[in-house]
Amino acid sequence: MAKKWNMIVDVERCDNCRLCFLAVKDEYVGNDFPGVSAAQPAQGHDWLDIRRSERGTYPIVQARFYPVMCNHCDDPPCLKAARDGAVRKRSDGIVIIDPEKARGQRQIVDACPYDAVFWNEEKQLPQAWPFDAHLLDEGWNRTRAEQACPMGVFRTIKVEDGEMERIRAEEKLETLEPRLGTRPRIYYKNLHLITKCFVGGTVVFYAGDVEECAAGAEVVLEKDGRELGRATTDTFGEFVIDGLEPNSGAYRLQCSAAPGKLSMDFELGPESLYLGVLTLVPEERIKG
Amino acid sequence: MNVSVLLWGIPQAMRLAARVYPRYAARLKERNLVAQLRLRDRPVGRWIRLEEGRITSGRGIHENPDITLDFKNKAIAESFLTPPFDLLERIDAAKNFKVVLHGPDELAVWFLRTMSELQLSTWKAGTEMGNGVVRYTSGTNGGPIFVYVKDGKILRTTPIDFDETDAESWSISARGQTLKPARRTTLAAHGMCQKSMVYSKSRLLYPMKRVDFDPHGERNPQNRGKSEFERISWDEALDIVVGEIKRAKAVGPGAIAVDHGSHHQWGNLGHYLSAFNRFWNLIGVTKLMHSPDSWEGWFWGAMHHWGNSLRLGCPEFYGTVEDCLKEAEMIVFWSSDPDATYGYEGSERREWAKKLGIKMVHIDPYLNHTAAHVGGKWIAPRPGTDPALAQAVCHVWIAEGLYDKEFVANRTNGFEEWKAYILGESDGVAKTPEWQEPETGIPARDVRALAREWGSKKTYLGAGSWGCGVGGAGRGPTGMQWARMMTILAAMQGWGRPGVNFGNLQFGAPLDFNFYFPGYGEGSFSGDLAFSANSANNYQRMPHIVTMSTVRQSIPRIWFPEAITEGKAMGYITDVSSVQGQFFPFFYPSPGHARVEMLYKYGSQLFGTMVGGNRWARAYQHESLKFIVNQSVWKEGETPFSDIILPACTVFEKWDIGEWYNVGAGYVHHMYSMNNHRVISLQHKCIEPLGESKSDYEIFLAVAQKLGLGAVYSEGGTTELEWCKRVFESSDLAKHISWRQFLKKGYFVVPPDPGTARAATANRWYYEGRKKDTPEPYPLPSDYVGGYLEGLQTLSGKYEFVAESLKKIDDPDRPPLNRYMATYEDPERNPELAEFPLKLQTAHTRYAYHVMGDAEGSSLNDIREHRIFKDGHYYLVARMNRQDAEARGIGDGDLIRLWNHRASVVCGAQLTERIRPGVVSAYSGSAQYRPVGEPGRSTDLGGCVNMLNPKDSITKKGHGIKPNAVLIQVEKWTGVDTWQPKEIN
Repeated sequence: MAKKWNMIVDVERCDNCRLCFLAVKDEYVGNDFPGVSAAQPAQGHDWLDIRRSERGTYPIVQARFYPVMCNHCDDPPCLKAARDGAVRKRSDGIVIIDPEKARGQRQIVDACPYDAVFWNEEKQLPQAWPFDAHLLDEGWNRTRAEQACPMGVFRTIKVEDGEMERIRAEEKLETLEPRLGTRPRIYYKNLHLITKCFVGGTVVFYAGDVEECAAGAEVVLEKDGRELGRATTDTFGEFVIDGLEPNSGAYRLQCSAAPGKLSMDFELGPESLYLGVLTLVPEERIKG
Repeated sequence: MNVSVLLWGIPQAMRLAARVYPRYAARLKERNLVAQLRLRDRPVGRWIRLEEGRITSGRGIHENPDITLDFKNKAIAESFLTPPFDLLERIDAAKNFKVVLHGPDELAVWFLRTMSELQLSTWKAGTEMGNGVVRYTSGTNGGPIFVYVKDGKILRTTPIDFDETDAESWSISARGQTLKPARRTTLAAHGMCQKSMVYSKSRLLYPMKRVDFDPHGERNPQNRGKSEFERISWDEALDIVVGEIKRAKAVGPGAIAVDHGSHHQWGNLGHYLSAFNRFWNLIGVTKLMHSPDSWEGWFWGAMHHWGNSLRLGCPEFYGTVEDCLKEAEMIVFWSSDPDATYGYEGSERREWAKKLGIKMVHIDPYLNHTAAHVGGKWIAPRPGTDPALAQAVCHVWIAEGLYDKEFVANRTNGFEEWKAYILGESDGVAKTPEWQEPETGIPARDVRALAREWGSKKTYLGAGSWGCGVGGAGRGPTGMQWARMMTILAAMQGWGRPGVNFGNLQFGAPLDFNFYFPGYGEGSFSGDLAFSANSANNYQRMPHIVTMSTVRQSIPRIWFPEAITEGKAMGYITDVSSVQGQFFPFFYPSPGHARVEMLYKYGSQLFGTMVGGNRWARAYQHESLKFIVNQSVWKEGETPFSDIILPACTVFEKWDIGEWYNVGAGYVHHMYSMNNHRVISLQHKCIEPLGESKSDYEIFLAVAQKLGLGAVYSEGGTTELEWCKRVFESSDLAKHISWRQFLKKGYFVVPPDPGTARAATANRWYYEGRKKDTPEPYPLPSDYVGGYLEGLQTLSGKYEFVAESLKKIDDPDRPPLNRYMATYEDPERNPELAEFPLKLQTAHTRYAYHVMGDAEGSSLNDIREHRIFKDGHYYLVARMNRQDAEARGIGDGDLIRLWNHRASVVCGAQLTERIRPGVVSAYSGSAQYRPVGEPGRSTDLGGCVNMLNPKDSITKKGHGIKPNAVLIQVEKWTGVDTWQPKEIN
């Protein structure tokens, strides 16, 4: 089997520094690479886009970013939508929108479910990130995005599909919107930081009249009587339990520590949830 | 060599060069002239005639030469003409009139350059990459960069990956792990966007004149910022500029004022401290005295507790990366976002810290980029209340005995007074966690938890964006109190103890701090011993001619508008040599000096960076300013507020040289410790200047030539590339790589010190009661009260909880004991401000560098966390909490108007949970200014949010800005502007 290009994107490492985004602009704006891409317009195209995701509410908030670009799908909807062979799949896995043949074919833009194809108004041309094919063909072994990234978000690898499948399983990689069946060649690590929810809270207790953070308290999350997650509160009494399905309904949270106990039920909707300040109640008071 | 032979050799060499190098032959065709070289003391000489590129020459004295190079005697001629040239001899000969040039300055400079081109023609720059691509290097404010060029056009730019011939990287062993940085350079966003900036639509490509400006008739200053410009020739432009310089000089000393942005493009030659200062010292001008506006609280406040005046009040940072990774258990980032502005060299180290299990706490009203990335506890006080939070931390430490009692007893003064204040013994108010809660909005329990953790774990205090100072809350109305509190917290925990220091892993990488390469702060070839750090090392190591302005008049930059419109201003000198240096007031106008009539601007746009920017727009239109020149690369918001525009080129279009983040002695000594490697780059002239733009140096030279100063300014025609070589030779680089190799490869990685020879850890010497052993020459010897290298730069030589130096002045904003004083900008305390319920933070921008990189056409504009595109324009992003937005009917991406009585600015809303309710965050540093109506009196669509900030000083007996906690109101932008300024302050 032939080796093919793939790229792995680690969501946890991305901090939206935008170097990859700018490097892609640096590469394609003002430059024609015949057979690969026509020059990108100076502004307005995000061939490599970075999307923003926020979870939680003040004070437990997480901000995450994830680069989205042409997925170089093995079953590319754009290829199906194209006429006259305007989109082709190279034997190394790279999908090329032909900068000549694709002229006028706006349906190629509309076909992409990832919004990764852009319409060049001036040239009447659909355009997307061509995996830096011209550079890889010259002997580069990684993309401009990877070369520019200071955070180690990207890994450009050329392996046989079987090997990629092994890596995917081993590193728990996911693709965007797998339900679409497009079979992307861009894989994501830690995608749950975008797609899943967390529940968090602040556990406190009263020492006399004085409110104190409850550090080191065990927090257990249950659903239908089964334990789904567990966390220990930090110095500030805060905890986060991650990896929950959005809209997954009713949960029970229990916490017990030296100063007391608490238990609460809540519903998880589409967004991550900060449960607020939760006060441990001394056992004698519960009994009393 | 015999002088006659030397003289004979010159035309011979020129003929040979013309045969071998077509470029040289072409140069010879540029001028027809007769040049005479002669001795003054005897009739010996040789003339050289150039005519349509042909060279003829003869012995003796020509009867009618165009230019004459006159040597006092034979020995001087021989020394002057015999390579390798002795620069000290040459400079001595030139400045003491042993060698004199006669004839038109422009022609003389051209001829001298033609002589030096003999050597330059043989030099080869860059690395051939095949397919007609040449790889050059350059330097940007965001880091060194490879520049791939094909057919005279930049193909691509990338960060630099080191090769096997580059020096090894350092490593640190910490907690069983060996940590080593990646072998490459990283860029900041404003470095990676540079290609788009070179070819941006906002580039100024031709000299231009405002259509309704007539130097001999109606000048129409009231139309600055409104009227169109028309293209004119360089000759016309230079004639007008030179005519105006002469006219203004005749008015009196100081009638010409000059100003530059806080930063310039990277490079030792083109920097304002070099090309700009050298030129203006030859003219004599009124300078705008900048305040330390990225430091303020550190400079005016913190300095008085511990000295560090030559770091603008910030602490040293040597060895802190290693110490932190080995010893620290927690890092408190206080108003500290190192993943913004300065690039990402430190990010890798913070990743290590996270893996090593070092806890992180972030104190900032905004969950900043670093905080969002590395995680940890987020504490979000109301802007400007941080000092109260810090005092409550002190209270817990004192009440529970969680401070370094030995350090406090032996190395500090004034603790008992401080303790009495914190416990409320002196003023009846105990500064408890409960006391601070209504002020800061932070639950008392969080303060107790923080204080206990901090007091019982070895903790690094990352204060300000660099961790060792700068920016952050120090630039706010309570900035001095905050910076002073940062020193107090450090002193109470034993500053310098293993694992206890200042830092957030951004500064203090274990590099070689002794390998000499000049930083831009050393003024390069400026010869400016008064207003740069030239005299510390550079002046000895690179012989060049001293320059000095004879005008003794300055204007405090933040009150430049008042100086123009009211005719007077008063400020304080930013003298960093001693703690007392900042106590000296100065007055405009100075005795015997003239009021300013002409302003020469060197790039930048102050509307985006200075407070109360609407004042500037009005000042630029004032009738007393008879002439304004703007020499700039890009058309930015302020550019049209001028009469003549001179187009400068980017670093990629000229020669320069520089080391990544090397400021040099001056104000951030060894700043390159921010980087994982010291990288020095030759900034190749990668492409020809676009349009008719020229390098700053060539523009100043062109003006100088029309004043007969060209040869003086350029030291006999020295080209930028020759200056690069002189800088190279003045440095330790020349011991490690040949000039020709360096010219070709373009960069050099300085080998780090081996582990055993690394710089000592910051302040450990003081903690342990030893002589100072860190590699900074500060404080100056006369500022030690004990023996040399013993103690701190304070009056007691110790850390002072109660600042003795502040007892010498009576400044109500800076009492010697740093008691808490709430900011005026508080609607609860000052009901007259009730219509402005939101607090605006205008921190340094993340993606641009001040205004650099934000001009129209830059790829940064497309970053939707920076600007959003709507209705045909890119609007600056303002971040606000969802609650605040919903209460005002504002949705994500809506255009919103931020306003108070000083300004009204339209931004694009980004709704977020990352900001404390009641706070709006929008970065200062807009390069764009688009007033809806009358400039300075209407709403701005360009995003100059600093216009909303007050013009009054951070302290009464000083002059500094205090943005970051100003009150505003926000509403959806209707598109109809009814806003009017009110003259409050």
